[in-house]
Amino acid sequence: MNRLMTWRAPLLSLIILLTVVGVWHALTLPKTAAQTVDSEYAALVGAAAATGQKSTFPTPADFGKKIWQHLNEPFYDRGPNDKGIGIQLGYSIGRVLVGYLLAALVAVPLGFLIGMSPTVYRALDPFIQVLKPISPLAWMPLALFTLKDSAVSAIFVIFICSVWPMLINTAFGVASVRREWLNVARTLEVGSMRTAFRVILPAAAPTIMTGMRISISIAWLVIVAAEMLVGGTGIGYFVWNEWNNLSITNILTAILAIGLVGMLLDLMMAKLTKLVTFPE
Amino acid sequence: MSEPLIRIEGISKKFTGRDGTATTVFEDLYFSIEPGEFVCLIGHSGCGKTTILNVLSGLDQTSSGYVFVAGREVSGPSLDRAVIFQSHALMPWLTVMGNIAFAVKSRWPEWGGEKIRAHCQQYIDLVSLTGSEKKRPAELSGGMKQRVGIARALSIQPKMLLMDEPFSALDALTRGVLQEEVLRICAETRQTVFMITHDVDEAILLADKIVLMTNGPHAKIAEIVVNSMPRSRTRHDLHKHPHYYRIRNHLIDFLVDRSKAFASDSPDYDPRHPPLVTPGLDRADVIAEAPKSLSAGKPLVAVVK
Repeated sequence: MNRLMTWRAPLLSLIILLTVVGVWHALTLPKTAAQTVDSEYAALVGAAAATGQKSTFPTPADFGKKIWQHLNEPFYDRGPNDKGIGIQLGYSIGRVLVGYLLAALVAVPLGFLIGMSPTVYRALDPFIQVLKPISPLAWMPLALFTLKDSAVSAIFVIFICSVWPMLINTAFGVASVRREWLNVARTLEVGSMRTAFRVILPAAAPTIMTGMRISISIAWLVIVAAEMLVGGTGIGYFVWNEWNNLSITNILTAILAIGLVGMLLDLMMAKLTKLVTFPE
Repeated sequence: MSEPLIRIEGISKKFTGRDGTATTVFEDLYFSIEPGEFVCLIGHSGCGKTTILNVLSGLDQTSSGYVFVAGREVSGPSLDRAVIFQSHALMPWLTVMGNIAFAVKSRWPEWGGEKIRAHCQQYIDLVSLTGSEKKRPAELSGGMKQRVGIARALSIQPKMLLMDEPFSALDALTRGVLQEEVLRICAETRQTVFMITHDVDEAILLADKIVLMTNGPHAKIAEIVVNSMPRSRTRHDLHKHPHYYRIRNHLIDFLVDRSKAFASDSPDYDPRHPPLVTPGLDRADVIAEAPKSLSAGKPLVAVVK
């Protein structure tokens, strides 16, 4: 009974997947029929066009073949507009990580300060509230103008979108450390630096990590759009390039890859969050 | 008379509400604690018991009055006064050993790892937690957590132990066991203790003196009850001692009636010297005594008027 229960959900997932692929397959079946047009026109355009044609949207089989092809050769490089999907994902992940780590370097210490001091919190709050809802892409022209480099600008956009969740969560986590833990530190005459690192940091770590998990998801969302704008390399550029090539199969492959990488990044952060979270 | 370990002189605490009205929680409190004494504070909720404890620990300030520890005024928290918190306040990311080592390292920063570990182990053994050193608080029962809290407080070898209703969150069985442990530990270490409690039996079992507070606001010390029972008491034979019910009835009487109706303006009440009473020696409830000649098996004729 129990084993059946554990298998139920994966089984249902498989059924859903097969149904979606089935419907997709049915909708993209080639529409071959008897000759539908005038025979003179048929002679002019050729037999294929005259008897209906293969769907323009790729079939599941095309998609599978494409994925197989990419999996066999993920890292090829045949000039600026023809690189393997692995290389392109690598560029994107690299940009996300650089921008994200820079944001963490700024946001965690700054959030710590904000959380420790109610005055600083109130002073910076209006700025944070105004800057937080700005779409990171709105910064792009300003970044391109001031930084004068598209690669750096993309990293800046990742930085600016990752910084807010981390900043806010760190400040919140630090500000809401349980008073009794601070009281323990006070009655033990623990210095402020030791209190910060040995009490406040571990106590706020789960909240900080939640902020970092939100940030990495947002950064991965934003990088695709940013790379469509700056161009050159990356999975976002790959999608845009394949749109120009009208290769829907490649676009679909890229979409799947984006989803899988996003899921992996999130899983990694969830694992890290678990490492620093201790139930009471 | 030598200087008491703790001397409290005329402390009061006022809170200002949101609408600007000031409430005086307690005022004009005077009492002292001698070294090696176990003092319990009993009073209803809202009389500022926890505030008094926080003032003693240095975590909170009074609105007026002074607190002296060994003749010196309290200016803030100190390692001399260890606090056992009601909610144990263990850090969930540290193991049992880690939680105690954090305190030991704060007390003696110059100690090496091995020395700290040996010292911690000594106190883990003292509270009978041997074998649970590597467990985190989440893996411990409520009683075990509070044992760690006690070990952490004792490990810094404070002059004074402050306990804020340490057993109130525990079930009755665990509470009884822990009370006996505290009794044993205090007998072994001659630790000076100030403890807040709701539990009359707990106070009679543990305390040498029981400070009774009237209801807040404007709470005062009504009297200080001296526990006249011998110190070698245990939970099992406590109720067999003739003083027990006298003290207990006196305390319950106070909590039920007199804590509300206490008149501090009566002419013989002096807040500087709250009356020291010994209900255990009070024999008002004994009307007649059996004659010396009476023994088992002899007939007795009683005349009831």
